[in-house]
Amino acid sequence: MLSRIAESLFWIGRYIERADDTARILDIYLQQILEDASVEEEACRTLFDVMGRAMPSDGGRVGVREVLQQLAYDRQAPSSITGALSAARVNARSARDSVSSEMWEALNLTFLDLSEQRRRAERVGAHRFFQWVRERTSLANGVADSTMSRDESWLFLDLGRSIERVDMTARLITTRAAGATSGPAWTTLLRACGANEAYLRTYRGRVSDRTAAEFLLLDRLFPRSMFFALSRAEDRVGVLDRGGEGRVGTEDAARRLLGRARTGLEFRGVDEMLSDLPGYLESIQSACADATSAIGTRYFPHAVIQWVGKGA
Amino acid sequence: MPPSIEPTAAVNAIETSATYGAGVADLFSDYPFGRAWDEMFSSSGVTRPAYDAVVAAVQSLDADELRARAEGLARSFLDRGVTFDVGGVESPFPTDLIPRIIEAAEWEVVARGVAQRVRALEAFLTDVYGDRRVVEDGLVPHRVLITSKYFERHAYGIEPPNGVRIHVAGIDLIRDEQGKFRVLEDNVRIPSGVSYVLENRRATMQALPELFAGVRARTVSDYPAKLLQALRKAAPRGVTDPTIVLLTPGSYNAAYFEHTLLARTMGVELVEGRDLVCSNNTVRMRTTSGERRVDVIYRRVDDAFLDPVHFIPNSVLGCPGLLTAARAGNVTIANAVGNGVADDKLLYTYVPDFVRYYLNEEPLIDNVDTFRLEEPEHLAEVIDRLDELVLKPVDGSGGKGIVIGPQAGRDELDELRAKVLADPRGWIAQQVVHLSTVPTVIGDKIAPRHVDLRPFAVNDGDDVWVLPGGLTRVALPEGSLVVNSSQGGGSKDTLVLDAPRSYPTFAASADGENLDRPVEDVADTRMTAQVSMRSPDPGPMAMQDQQQQQQQR
Repeated sequence: MLSRIAESLFWIGRYIERADDTARILDIYLQQILEDASVEEEACRTLFDVMGRAMPSDGGRVGVREVLQQLAYDRQAPSSITGALSAARVNARSARDSVSSEMWEALNLTFLDLSEQRRRAERVGAHRFFQWVRERTSLANGVADSTMSRDESWLFLDLGRSIERVDMTARLITTRAAGATSGPAWTTLLRACGANEAYLRTYRGRVSDRTAAEFLLLDRLFPRSMFFALSRAEDRVGVLDRGGEGRVGTEDAARRLLGRARTGLEFRGVDEMLSDLPGYLESIQSACADATSAIGTRYFPHAVIQWVGKGA
Repeated sequence: MPPSIEPTAAVNAIETSATYGAGVADLFSDYPFGRAWDEMFSSSGVTRPAYDAVVAAVQSLDADELRARAEGLARSFLDRGVTFDVGGVESPFPTDLIPRIIEAAEWEVVARGVAQRVRALEAFLTDVYGDRRVVEDGLVPHRVLITSKYFERHAYGIEPPNGVRIHVAGIDLIRDEQGKFRVLEDNVRIPSGVSYVLENRRATMQALPELFAGVRARTVSDYPAKLLQALRKAAPRGVTDPTIVLLTPGSYNAAYFEHTLLARTMGVELVEGRDLVCSNNTVRMRTTSGERRVDVIYRRVDDAFLDPVHFIPNSVLGCPGLLTAARAGNVTIANAVGNGVADDKLLYTYVPDFVRYYLNEEPLIDNVDTFRLEEPEHLAEVIDRLDELVLKPVDGSGGKGIVIGPQAGRDELDELRAKVLADPRGWIAQQVVHLSTVPTVIGDKIAPRHVDLRPFAVNDGDDVWVLPGGLTRVALPEGSLVVNSSQGGGSKDTLVLDAPRSYPTFAASADGENLDRPVEDVADTRMTAQVSMRSPDPGPMAMQDQQQQQQQR
């Protein structure tokens, strides 16, 4: 398939997942603040740090309003929910011939409905907005699952989705690791991932911070655990690199990076990880970023304009 | 121009209600008649037979329902992203609820006339970029050819493999005051609009299903397959399974939606200039598994932007080297480079002569009467009568630069006169034609609006196929004669009625008796195979029900 289209699909996957996960993270934070208004300032600052966004520069108070403005409703920034959903739609539009019509319509309708949903959220609370975002991204994912052939286009979409999920799960867990006092409890994180019930079923009575961390980081079966998402990304890169298995090691850079990150998770106990969780999560994030640029170098070489005429 | 819709001719509401019943009386009340040919009503309250089904369908609606349906139709276009871009803003292309109907016999003439015209233009282009017999025989002056803005010297030496230069044509037709079809202009460069034909049909079928129960319209869905076939046949010699791509200027282009639709429905890659590389006289596209050879490029990029080596040097919409690869016979560019000389509006006036000259046939569809301003006596007459005529720049498209004399102000006419005198080759003049009108939903009323028709023709080298119907464009402002989408135009679904089948067929009746009776409609009596599939597995629920019943006993 065309490199340009592959790149668009990769980013559609990432943006959809980003909108979904950001909505989940913001949702638990805002509920936290609702329960205890005294942590608002600190919690919001942590949130900006975790999402990798610069604090509003006027030096004033940072509160829920700023968080919503910048991380939920900002139209321009690709790291806000609205920005990510718009960017997903722009990418779908430029890959319009490869994205199924149903998928395109799901993304287009979401985009067209954004301002209306925002207005509604301002009336009835941001929670409804996040809920709507989760529904729409689930719809887009579901439609993609059921209407796209499992060819390269699918692989790139799913690869983007998986890498973004690793990245965002790392951020989500960082909210716990960084904000020692204001951060949400482990069970809140589980709930944000829709993982609470699965966790309880798996661990029965042994509910503790340690097991909760173990579940989110290392569970082999739960689709939003970091290990699961990372393994999936590694698998997709492997399929794309079919035939790349030589006698010695692995040639493909992205495969090496993701594989190393995955083994780092798999063969390291939860206790060892908890001893330096923020540092560890950061290394996983940078592995994702490096893998993304390796994928870009290999599959999406950017056209260099090779001809500049006299009149140019 | 006096307003073409004269209020004195308004329909008497009582008379209408007697004909159609109360509901329609509301919608069609005050439906005015003007100088133009109305395609639905032959006189007030009397519909033409082709529109009986439309009247029946609209009759079942009241004003609220009409408005709701029209809004639903518009919304469906926005949701599906069926838009065109004006200055970077995506706008939906307004589509009217009420379709336009063309009878089978009328269509027959149109289709043959359009195909004839395409064949003549094809012959003309082959001649222009070949021997130029047409100049030698004195039919067209040499200076008219070489002063055409779209005459391309670069097109010499690019031999289309199957002789086709006009793979796709859009011939703009209008109906004059007598209801007669005439050609307004030819588009043989990169005609657009066919996606709206496909989308309008889909949307109108959903919005007005009652209508489609009552008529048998010819399908428009064959278009992508026909186009693909024509492009395959245009492949360079020796290529049996060509790789075809659609070259788009990108998502900011006004017709981007159309490009995506055609690429999807033909199953070909939609490429931008930056996806292509040329070397060694071949064209390849960048894919995730390396570069892949391209054989046929259905391009929707203008000549001028196609190849920076030959045309605009800083264009990034095309790909350097395309033309050289085409000249080497390694890639086919469709439509061919240089076609614009055939749809120059001054050369348009010669097309009926081309039909006689190249095909030895009489034109089936006439031109609109047109003055050639580079002939001194024509020029003098036109300058005298500027306020009665329509003046068009010869290289304009999208309705740009057109001046309608009767609607123009004094200053505008003075300015026009100066421009025309300075560059007579740059203009043509035509009589004002009152385009035919078709009922159109305006608010919660129905009123006549002027329309034109752009049928699309696909030439695969063996045959020119004309898509049944084509794009009907509507001038939405009252009295307006300009239908271009960039100037407030909308569109309508265009139904070509199927000719009644003339041959008798025989079928067995359902209960096994073999009756030798002619059946009018083959489709309705298609034999269905005996099907005996198991019913879906009910699952454990059924068993639970039984258990429950037993436990309750």
